[in-house]
Parts: sequence; structure tokens; C-alpha cells
Amino acid sequence: MLKISGVHTFYGHIEALKGVDIEVNEGEIVTLIGANGAGKSTLLMTICGTPRARSGSIVFNGRDIAQMPTYEIMRLGIAQSPEGRRIFPRMSVMENLRMGAITSQPQFFDADLERVFAIFPRLKERAQQRGGTLSGGEQQMLAIARALMSRPRLLLLDEPSLGLAPLIVRQIFEIIREINREQGMTVFLVEQNANHALKLAHRGYVLVNGVVTLSGTGQELLSNAEVRAAYLEGGH
Amino acid sequence: MEWLFELFHQVNYELPKFVQFLIVGLTLGSIYGLIAIGYTMVYGIIGMINFAHGDIYMIGAFQAMIVLLICGTLGISWVPLQLLLMLVVAVALTAAYGWSVERIAYRPLRGTQRLAPLISAIGMSIFLQNYVQLVQGPRPKPVEPVISGGVTVLTRADGFVAQLGYLQIVIVLLTVALMAGFTLLITRTSLGRAQRACEQDMKMASLLGVNVDRTISLTFVMGAGLAAVAGMMVTLYWGNNDFHMGFNAGIKAFTAAVLGGIGSLPGAMLGGVLIGLIEAFWSGYFTAEYKDVAAFSILVLVLIFRPTGLLGRPEVEKV
Ligand SMILES: Nc1ncnc2c1ncn2[C@@H]1O[C@H](COP(=O)(O)OP(=O)(O)OP(=O)(O)O)[C@@H](O)[C@H]1O
Ligand SMILES: [Mg+2]
Repeated sequence: MLKISGVHTFYGHIEALKGVDIEVNEGEIVTLIGANGAGKSTLLMTICGTPRARSGSIVFNGRDIAQMPTYEIMRLGIAQSPEGRRIFPRMSVMENLRMGAITSQPQFFDADLERVFAIFPRLKERAQQRGGTLSGGEQQMLAIARALMSRPRLLLLDEPSLGLAPLIVRQIFEIIREINREQGMTVFLVEQNANHALKLAHRGYVLVNGVVTLSGTGQELLSNAEVRAAYLEGGH
Repeated sequence: MEWLFELFHQVNYELPKFVQFLIVGLTLGSIYGLIAIGYTMVYGIIGMINFAHGDIYMIGAFQAMIVLLICGTLGISWVPLQLLLMLVVAVALTAAYGWSVERIAYRPLRGTQRLAPLISAIGMSIFLQNYVQLVQGPRPKPVEPVISGGVTVLTRADGFVAQLGYLQIVIVLLTVALMAGFTLLITRTSLGRAQRACEQDMKMASLLGVNVDRTISLTFVMGAGLAAVAGMMVTLYWGNNDFHMGFNAGIKAFTAAVLGGIGSLPGAMLGGVLIGLIEAFWSGYFTAEYKDVAAFSILVLVLIFRPTGLLGRPEVEKV
């Protein structure tokens, strides 16, 4: 479904991605783990065309999207819950969700809204509250819900567990599993919380300084000595 | 009781003048408010002061005037039809100018330093003025009144009458209707939502599938359309168009936008009305000579003491 080959991304002269190859198949949950500054968020943003890959190809459902404008890429059925959540602060929860739905057909809106409210009942209670005044956890829920409103075929999640209480983290991971299982939605998940992420994912990649150093099934990576030393032990 | 009677007399004597200034102020304020919306929306979405906006208003005034002249040669004399044609043609053509200015002078510079588009805007302003000066000549163009007459509101013992002109009624009502419609557009429609989303986080808006460039273009188109209506109103009201008229009106409308809180739509409307009233009362009670100074002094004072304006939001925000 998504095939990233030899992607290089620069910020000015800084090379953040140094030839990344990653593949995500239809129906999978694939996770990308890596230390701070490894380039994980950069990769998710590069998939969306902002910043643009300087070289390499990004093929989504048979089309090379590497040079497409961002809004066109997103209209192909990709949605992202980005780093920092990026909730529109001066819009209500409801309006944020409406923004999420702009690429989908209007007739789906009510049903989709009901679906995300069923997943995140908290958002329903807060429907008229301004995005900027939500708590961090509520904003995270809203960011995921907003991404779901577009009915994406590929969902990109950037550290959905960041700053959340352990109970909510477990809930969010459970929700990702459900969405994937029940709706067959493909998920590409960036996580610091490697333990959770690798248990959840079918496959995973490890990114170090803009290069993929390891890949394998979630179980393989969980039992890999390097991964354990770098991302699992001493943490979580 | 004596003093109360005295006071009543005094008020009764002053009232007609006061009402007259109020009427003039609201009329001017409507015109400034319509122009101010263009400044505030463009600032809101791309953080840039569109110095050419006053000249877009001037273009609108000239378009309206030309349509009126064409109506004359074609023998179209039914006033409602004249007004409708002026409105439609001036808005459409001026919107096209607004769109082109953004495409030619601002979009190529997006993402560079903040100063570049400002300089480009000043260049655009000079270009538009020179262009109109060249094709229309430098002299002011008188326009015959289309809507005249009015109703007498108050009469004073010494014969002074406060008049409410039919044209003033048209101007204020049209402005109220446009502003109501515009508020609905911004708060209720998906286009308005996309505009506000771009204002708050352009990158996120594009990540949701908003065509940001198109949204910005439409913002210029709307601002120019409203400025064209203001230009048409002023053509009917003063009927004395010249290529330089956008400068003064532009600065006053910009002052209105800053006074109301730049980036705020209700602020631009409120600011426009306030600037109109201040100008009318200043000219009425002091001297018309310095009416422009009044507006500019307010700009300076607001920038010093309350840069966020009356309805603007403070810069710090919890995100
Ligand atoms: N806008 C930017 N301008 C310049 N450099 C940037 C920019 N964004 C990211 N970088 C740099 O690119 C590198 C990769 O950053 P990125 O945000 O992709 O890391 P990450 O893996 O998501 O880290 P984290 O886990 O901390 O979120 C970092 O060295 C960062 O400093
Ligand atoms: Mg990151």
C-alpha cells in the first residue's frame, strides 16, 4: 500500500532522512521506533509532502506521491495525527472534527461523528469547548478522532501516547487495534513507547539518525538484544 | 428645576447637529468598515499588511463609475438596474484584480522573509495608482448623483435641519446586510472554516486536505469584492474619484482594522464605524482641515497603548 524507497529529506543543509526504505502493507499495523531526533516525525511529514523528499520515491497505492501537493496527497486517503497534536485552538471540538471531514463525502458525516464519539465519549461531552482549552489527553483524542473523520485508508499516528496517563495510553492502543481489526484500516505508528507499540504492531522498523537499522515482526524486535538495550530496558 | 429646563433646552438645540454628524459618521464608517475587512482577513491568514488594498478600493470606485457612464450611453436610466449593474460588475472585476495582485506579487514571495511581500505590496500600490492615472488621467472625475433626496430627521429653531439621505440609508443597510452575510460565511460554511483553519495552523489545514493557496486566493477575492462595494458607495456618495483616493481611505480603513484588533472580523466592522464617527464629529465640532490627522493620531495611540486593538486577542495563547 505504501512503499517508501531511498527517501532523503533535508531541513536547509541538515539531512534528517538519509535514504529510508519502508513498506506498509494493506491491513497492517506497522510501527516505527527510534530515539529523539531520529527523524520519525520527519518521515511522517515527508509522506504528506511537507517537507518534500529531496530524492527517492513514495508510492501510495501505485502512485508516486513524493512530489504531489500536500492537500492532494491527503485526498488520496491518508490522514495524520501529527506531533504536537495541532488542534485548531480557536475552533470548537465539533469544528475541529468538521475540519477532519472536509475530504470525505458530506453524507457520511453524521455516521462518522457518531462513530468517533462512541470511541471517545469524552469528546462528545466537550463538543462545544474550544480546542485550545482542552486538556492534553483530550487534545490527543481529538487529534486521532479528527484524523479518523476523513475515513482514511492509511492512518499516520505520531506518538499518540505522548503525555498521557498509563490508563489512557492502554485505551488508545486498544482503540488502534480495534480500528485496524474491525475496519481494516492500515496504521503506521510512530512511538517512543516501544514496548507497547511493538506488542501492538504486526511489523516494526527502527530508525537511527535518519537511517533504518533494523526491521522485523513486532515479536522479533521485542526479543532483539539491541532493541531491548536501546529502547526497552530501563524505560517503560 | 430651573437648571434642568436649561439643560433640556441646550440639548434640544444641539441635538440636530449631533444627529447629523452621527448619520454622516455611520455612513463613512460603513465604507471604512467594508475596506477594513480586507485588511484584517489578509492579515489574519498570511500575517501581511496588504498595502495595495486601498488601491483595490480605488479600482472598485473607478469600475463602478465606468459602469455608470456606460449605463448613461446605453440609456439605462432605471436606478435599481444601474445600481445592480454597478455592484455586480465592480465586484467581479475588482475581485479579479485582488486575485491577480495576490498571484503576481505575493504568492511567489511566500515563505521568504516577512519584509519581501510588504515591499512588493507597496510596489503594487504604486503600480495600480500609476496605471489608473495613465488610463484615466490625473484629474478627479465628477460623477452625477444617482440617488438624491432624503428625509428630514430634526429641525432646529434657527433653520438647521438634520437630513437622512436615501443614499445614506442604502449605504448603511447594504453594509449591514453584507456584514451579516459575511459573518455567516466565515462562521458557518466550510470555506469560512477552512479560512479560519488556515489562520490558526496553515500546515495542519493542508494536512487535512485544505488547498491553502486556493483559500488564500479566495480571501483576497473576498476582501477585494467588499472593497469594491465600498468604492461604489463612495462613487455615489462623493462622486469625485481620482487615482490617489485609495491612499487616504486605505490608511483610515487600516486604522480601523488596527483599532478593532487586526485579524478580528467584528473588530474591523467596529473599528470602521468608530473611525467614521470620530471623523464626522471631529470635522463637525472642530475643523475638517485636520480630520485625517485625527484618524492617524488614533492609529499611533492604539499601536502604543493597545496594539491588540479593542477586540483583538492577546498574543499569548494556550495551545
Ligand atoms: N523544522 C525543522 N528545521 C530544522 N531542523 C529540523 C526541523 N524539524 C526537525 N528538525 C531536525 O531533524 C531531525 C529529526 O527530527 P524529527 O522531529 O523528525 O525527530 P523525531 O524522531 O520525531 O524525534 P522525537 O522523538 O523527539 O519526536 C532532528 O535533528 C531535528 O532537530
Ligand atoms: Mg517526533
